[in-house]
Amino acid sequence: MNIIALKSVDLAIIALYFVAVLAIGFYLKRFATSGQDFFLAGREMTAWVAGLSFLSANLGSLELLGWAGSAYQYGILAAHWYWIGAIPAMVFLGIVMMPFYYISKTHSVPGYLQLRFGNGASGLSAITFAVMTILMSGVNMYAMAVVMKVMLGWNIHFSIWVSSLTVGIYVAAGGLYSAIFNEVLQFFLIWFGALLIPVFGLIETGGWSGMVARIQSNFPGQDFTHLWSTLGNAQDNPMGMHWTGIVFGLGAVLSMGYWTTDFLVVQRVLSAKDIRSAKMAPIIGSFFKMAVPLIVILPGVLGLAVLPEKLVPESALQAGQHSYNEVLPLMLARYMGPGLLGLGVTALVAGFMAGMAGNVSAFATVWTYDIYRPYIRRQAADAHYVSMGRWCTVIGLFISIATAYVAMGFASIMDYVQALFSFFIAPLFGTVLLGMLWKRATGPGGFWGLLAGVGSSVAMFFWVKLNPGALAIIALSDHAKPLAEDMYRALWSCLINVIVTVVVSLATQPKPLSELKGLVMGVTDIPKEQNVPLLHKPAFWAAVSIAILAILQWIFW
Amino acid sequence: MQRHLIPVWFFVGLLLAVYGVLIAASGIAELGQPAKTVLAELHAPVWWGALLAVVGGIYCVVFRPRG
Repeated sequence: MNIIALKSVDLAIIALYFVAVLAIGFYLKRFATSGQDFFLAGREMTAWVAGLSFLSANLGSLELLGWAGSAYQYGILAAHWYWIGAIPAMVFLGIVMMPFYYISKTHSVPGYLQLRFGNGASGLSAITFAVMTILMSGVNMYAMAVVMKVMLGWNIHFSIWVSSLTVGIYVAAGGLYSAIFNEVLQFFLIWFGALLIPVFGLIETGGWSGMVARIQSNFPGQDFTHLWSTLGNAQDNPMGMHWTGIVFGLGAVLSMGYWTTDFLVVQRVLSAKDIRSAKMAPIIGSFFKMAVPLIVILPGVLGLAVLPEKLVPESALQAGQHSYNEVLPLMLARYMGPGLLGLGVTALVAGFMAGMAGNVSAFATVWTYDIYRPYIRRQAADAHYVSMGRWCTVIGLFISIATAYVAMGFASIMDYVQALFSFFIAPLFGTVLLGMLWKRATGPGGFWGLLAGVGSSVAMFFWVKLNPGALAIIALSDHAKPLAEDMYRALWSCLINVIVTVVVSLATQPKPLSELKGLVMGVTDIPKEQNVPLLHKPAFWAAVSIAILAILQWIFW
Repeated sequence: MQRHLIPVWFFVGLLLAVYGVLIAASGIAELGQPAKTVLAELHAPVWWGALLAVVGGIYCVVFRPRG
């Protein structure tokens, strides 16, 4: 039975959204004529547009449903993925790494690796990114289908095909322009569609202390409302996580890898109109990222307090029960009447579609510029590559539809996604960071380091699958849940990458310094900002962002 | 080629304004018999819809396409 039935005003709101995104896509088609337009939105976006798009590309269905589900499962610990697991990395991207991406005029992260390390590391990262992106797109589709099934009773195939075709049409028409415009649109819809849930939840429970009291009554002996105080021992918290996993695995490696090298998000910043905008965009995004737990984590935690039933993992679902991932739709149905319900469902649909659009636009760029152009057809007109980008947008969508069902076998959507990240993203961070900061790193070092990092991550994953006893070695505790395991796997694979890169680089011939100009710290002239007012300086806002992050840790310690 | 791209903020404002009017109207229509949801007595669709309409309207005016 469906959670809710939509009324005509709700259906009108949802239908209007589809009309709006298609109309915007067709409007923008006339502007996406060259490769720079289609793949980088003409490099004319302001810091605010690039920043909101940067954030929204990540604020897809996984964020909304997966993290709300994780908050129900693990409590406020899930907020680590928004705070220490995002803010330092976003600030680091803006202040330290963005100048190199921007000055090198690269079109993508594998494109940067091509300039810095040559074809080996670039090709490997392009292929792994393409695989990961398509799988992620499949996860998005699955998440969307779950919501449509639970909330509306819509046929799973109908949901997948209607939203995929819509995304395919508007991204193929306007390229990154369309993706960015719709991501900004989605940002507003999500906030206006979801903000009432925590507001009403806190009113119902009588505020934060009332919510905590209800959770303690519903789940005696368990702590769901502290960020750090339960992380001293893996057995003391629902995630089975030790603080070292959060600080080093998540904060220092996985989040750095995701926010600074995942081309899905970095592509949005590369569309900025100048280097100051490119530096400001991730910092602007960091402020909104810090606020997202209000509409994602808090509803999940409130679900522990107010929902009359106990939710279960996807793998243990029985008839009449609801899974962790359904907590946000359940909370939506609890508080939202006609009209607001339509807006809430539209926000979720917008999140799904923006997530898919982000994946396919990034896939189209990497496939066209980093695989097709260097390895299949080197010399062709710009129009040919734009045409290829449009075609692989559509083809990428069809492939990702096929992968949607892979996601269904995992207990939590986020477990699946984090496993993928730890395979590809964490090792990549080591390669890009050494490439930007260490002049001595060589092409063979970059390639073999990345290969060793990815290979070791996959090997550790299967080692634990085949021998559960290995969990205590990889994650330092046999109580570790999949998310905790992913953090440590990310940490080890990145360290292996760095060690191999350093050893191989020291044994091979370095590039002349003249070839590293614009790519590596120490041989690149980065524009100074001496005459810029304080309030316009990215470094100032970066400091403010970090200060607010520290205050949040203290409040929710 | 000179580009005259309509700002994304205008599209945001337009959609929010239309949604705001729809939601507020539906809230007003149901004032007599609120939906069977928790805290329905707060009549959120009325004031939340009005807020959306105002924010959307401001964006539409400030970022309207020019010449």
